[in-house]
Amino acid sequence: MQNYQKQMTITEIRSQFPILDTCVYGKSLVYLDNAATAQRPQAVVDCWKGLVEGSNANIHRAVHSLAAQATEAYEGARDRVKTFINASAREEIIFTSGATASINLVASSYGQLFVNQGDDVVVTVCEHHSDIVPWQLLCERKGAVLKVLDVEEDGRLNPEILKKLLTARTKIVAIAHISNVLGVVNPVKELVSVCHAAGVPVLVDGSQGIVHEKVDVQDLDCDFYAFSGHKIYAATGTGVLYGKRKWLDAMPPYMGGGEMIETVRFSGTTYAPLPMKFEAGTQNFNAVPTLVPALDFAESARENPEVQAEQKAILDYIYTQLTQDNRIVLYGTCPEAKIPVFSFAVKGAHHEDLALILDKMGVAVRSGQMCAEPLMDHLGVTGLLRASFAPYNTLDEAKYFITSLLRAIEMLQ
Amino acid sequence: MTLEEKKQEIIEEFSLYDEWLDKYEYLIELGKSLEPFPEEKKTEDRLIKGCQSRVWLDAEERDGMLYFSADSDAIITKGIISLLISVYSGRTREEIATDDFGFVAEIGLKENLSPTRANGLVSMIDTIKNLAENGR
Repeated sequence: MQNYQKQMTITEIRSQFPILDTCVYGKSLVYLDNAATAQRPQAVVDCWKGLVEGSNANIHRAVHSLAAQATEAYEGARDRVKTFINASAREEIIFTSGATASINLVASSYGQLFVNQGDDVVVTVCEHHSDIVPWQLLCERKGAVLKVLDVEEDGRLNPEILKKLLTARTKIVAIAHISNVLGVVNPVKELVSVCHAAGVPVLVDGSQGIVHEKVDVQDLDCDFYAFSGHKIYAATGTGVLYGKRKWLDAMPPYMGGGEMIETVRFSGTTYAPLPMKFEAGTQNFNAVPTLVPALDFAESARENPEVQAEQKAILDYIYTQLTQDNRIVLYGTCPEAKIPVFSFAVKGAHHEDLALILDKMGVAVRSGQMCAEPLMDHLGVTGLLRASFAPYNTLDEAKYFITSLLRAIEMLQ
Repeated sequence: MTLEEKKQEIIEEFSLYDEWLDKYEYLIELGKSLEPFPEEKKTEDRLIKGCQSRVWLDAEERDGMLYFSADSDAIITKGIISLLISVYSGRTREEIATDDFGFVAEIGLKENLSPTRANGLVSMIDTIKNLAENGR
């Protein structure tokens, strides 16, 4: 926490992100695509650069000094992640290339052992493609059935409805902590509890949840929690899979290769203990340690009263603006669980036209299906516009976004 | 007006606007002025692949000339296809097939579109060329 001991003002926080001073088409950049990827603070960039320039060596095996430094940085990141999500042991933290890889690991490895023909797997209609397709592949491979939990009108998942979907054949449930489209916090603890009562483990896709919520995996009691580093200010190509030890111990290796073995003989190979069993091949050791300054930043921002106040002001302002205009339809409206991720449609204006015009005004937003086609079908839309905020965004930027949006709507109608 | 004259006219038209927002206003107007495209023609085989928004394009041959009609559910895209149609409708297959579509670069259209939109523009141009070379 060295870099963030002092409580920073938002101006000071912004100065940690040089990219925010970028101009596009002569306008100051207003970056509101944080749900796709966050920007990196200087401390992350420095850490990344420092590792490449100062201690680049392959981790774990070699005895030389550089390798020791690199290993220390890499394993230090594991300890930082463990504390950040309050896992009970560092062996429960597996590094991957991102949430997608984390989910694929579970679908493949857990699925290989526990899912059989005629079993079912439950996902929700609001999942990102990366929490749907790995399960579809598993079900195709095993002859299992993929069942889909619907979402409530306000954008939340309902534990009571999930309960009705579970059967003796349900082998795993995969749910988003926060949908990347709907931007409301799901009652994960209750959903997990319903599943556990039926003896079913739960994987939580925490890609958005890790950014906006204080995650305590022991309190949530989820069996797996997956997230990407790049959405929480760390380097791209970093990711985490948290898994309860009992599952990770039982599960077969996902990929074979160096580092994940104990002894290799043609007569048979034995595997390394956790976490290395799931970390085959050369790991992303220049990038993984950036999780340390990234999570430090995330934590300091989350606990910063000025950031909290600004985020609340942004949330209230945008929510009001988007719900009081009858040309706009906001999806994910549950007020008490809303985070500053807003997806909406504008009557008579195509989401792509809006995004294109906003871009020329300096505002970066996302348009389209946002990797959630089944949800788009469910909502009956071809795509949406999404504005997603981070702690370095200001209320002034939120106001500029709304002014620009209204101007774009005028142009198109 | 010859193909070259028409292209020159559009290049001049675009140079009147300094701001890209004004160019979009112009494209939006072009989109709105496009002749209605019959619903029954909005078929899968007339959809241009590679666009994020849906774009339909049709060509008809009369007296040795190709005449295009099109539609899109996004208005700026509709403006872009409208612009292309205004240049290439009423030309011979040979004229279209041998054209380099360089005026699109000259008005800075491709560079100022998002990557997905720029790919869409390339797909529109390819489709027009294809229709000229091979017919439907």
